[in-house]
Amino acid sequence: MREKTAYALATLGAIVLVRNLYLIFMVMPDEANQGMIYRLLYFHVPAWWTAFIAVALSAIFSGLYLAKQNLRYDAMAVSVTEVALVFLTMGITLGSIWGRIIWGVWWVWDARLTSALICVMLYAGYLMLRRSIEEPSQRARISAVFSLFAFIDVPIVWFRFVGGAHSIHNPWNCRRRCGTRCCGIGSGWRC
Amino acid sequence: MDSRNFQFMFYGFTAAWLIVFVYILTLVRRGNRIRAELKRQEALLERPDLRS
Repeated sequence: MREKTAYALATLGAIVLVRNLYLIFMVMPDEANQGMIYRLLYFHVPAWWTAFIAVALSAIFSGLYLAKQNLRYDAMAVSVTEVALVFLTMGITLGSIWGRIIWGVWWVWDARLTSALICVMLYAGYLMLRRSIEEPSQRARISAVFSLFAFIDVPIVWFRFVGGAHSIHNPWNCRRRCGTRCCGIGSGWRC
Repeated sequence: MDSRNFQFMFYGFTAAWLIVFVYILTLVRRGNRIRAELKRQEALLERPDLRS
């Protein structure tokens, strides 16, 4: 039954993926300023959403492990953290490629981008930490605490606590300066 | 269709799919390793000299 559900979900996912790829490449019109590159945002934004939902689940399962000491919760926490790391890496990579065209740079040590990179490194560190501890209950306890600690960075990235209005990745800045959500092609703040 | 920035869009989607495929490959490899380990354990349990 479990295997059948997994196959059914995978089939449904494949159908939705093909439909969405068709819409992204064939139906959606090009963006006036950005050309084709804006299509990366159809992957970039959902990648961050998926990653943040996964790390939130990881924090919940880690908390449940600490409360109930059940290794099942630890296994669930590590599973969703792996998925989160995949999508965090995808989000940051696509953002960097998009930024190369739109901002004119691959990367800037901007507050939001830096806190996002710290987020990726924290969750990569979580997985590396697990490999270094042999004893299962000790590994589960330490990594649950680490996961909860790492989750502190998520609201910092999401709500732009650091850098706020001065971040290059801040649509409010573009709206204020250019009257649109995104700055045009070129470097920095050009409208 | 506007072909501006096609090259970087291509890089982006290639990177995205590459990340997913590398992750799937690691999952498949780990699954195979666990299956092989289970078979090894089963074979060990079926050995007559180890049966009580």
